[in-house]
Amino acid sequence: METLNFEYEAKGSLTRRAHVGVVGSGDLEVLIEPSGKPTAEVRVRTSVDGYTQVWKDVLDRFFARFGRAAKVEINDFGATPGTVTLRLEQAAEEVQ
Amino acid sequence: MMHTTHDDNRITKERRDLFLRRQSIIEMRARQRAQAILDPGSFRELLGPFDRMESPWLPLEGIVPESDDGVIVARGQLGGWPAVIMAIEGAFQGGGMGEVSASKIAGALGLARRDCESGNPILPVLLLETGGVRLQEANLGEAVVAEIHAEIIALRRQIPVIGVLTGMVGCFGGMSITAGLCSYLVVLPQARLELNGPEVIEQEAGIDEFDASDKHLIWSLMGGEQRYETGFADALIEDDASVLRQTLQTLAARGRPARHRSENVEEYRRRLATIDPAAPPDGPGLRHIWPKGETQ
Repeated sequence: METLNFEYEAKGSLTRRAHVGVVGSGDLEVLIEPSGKPTAEVRVRTSVDGYTQVWKDVLDRFFARFGRAAKVEINDFGATPGTVTLRLEQAAEEVQ
Repeated sequence: MMHTTHDDNRITKERRDLFLRRQSIIEMRARQRAQAILDPGSFRELLGPFDRMESPWLPLEGIVPESDDGVIVARGQLGGWPAVIMAIEGAFQGGGMGEVSASKIAGALGLARRDCESGNPILPVLLLETGGVRLQEANLGEAVVAEIHAEIIALRRQIPVIGVLTGMVGCFGGMSITAGLCSYLVVLPQARLELNGPEVIEQEAGIDEFDASDKHLIWSLMGGEQRYETGFADALIEDDASVLRQTLQTLAARGRPARHRSENVEEYRRRLATIDPAAPPDGPGLRHIWPKGETQ
């Protein structure tokens, strides 16, 4: 297991929180909630070691568009980058 | 009854439409199952993901934890009855019971008992999809599963405790005892219920004793239909949430059984005594010598 931390600049804020997904094979859960800080803070715990750059690429792309301050926790059980993106989109939709 | 070919086609179409309209319980995750069973809009989760009651032990062993530790506890109404659903998530660690997840169930059962004792009956429903105790938390898991069992025995004196085998994982290990202690047990044909899982039996007793790759053998002995036909379950239902909702209400309305299955110790001893271990019966043979309806 590896724990990775990322931080992104943000403009807007959140009023709602959301939980999506499950820590099952090839899947992940995402917890997203309002943050006291003006940035988007992301903590990833993943069962697959050595993919820091892939996580950075996926999260860079998502948060460049998301652009809001939030506290995000990801618990991953070997999801592919595509699944990660879909779960993030699902969480973003639920906090709209 | 006579059917024309036209009628048969119509029935087939009706059956097909019914199949397509159904809400599959197996395909749902644990939280969705609890939501589908409770009356619309009444679902209220206790100790949800944002309370972060996760396992403190899994990360120490390099395993990613889940924010709800794989158990969803939800209060709500079921057909107007106050109910508490305790649903195990089979996708997380095979539904394995750890210290936290098992404590959530034991705690919810304890609260339900206190409510019942103070004159506010609450219907407890366990949605079981579990390989048993999580090996990484073995002793702690075992200890709390024992608490679950003590709570069920205390609570079932007040109100029926209903168990449902909801998913493809099945229900094994110490949690199969949990299923056995329930006042009523609901199974799907896809369910499996057994103390030792097929792989465990093969590993411990050899392939001559049990071939864990033989699906027909597995379901013929521990499958949902077999468990129902031999009297270890009270309802065999199709994989549809609305059917499950109806079944739970019917069983709840029945009230507490006169005698719980697990109290029939002498009857089960008598049943076991009739079996010759040198020539054990197969699935159909068991249905013949242990027909349903004789223990309850």
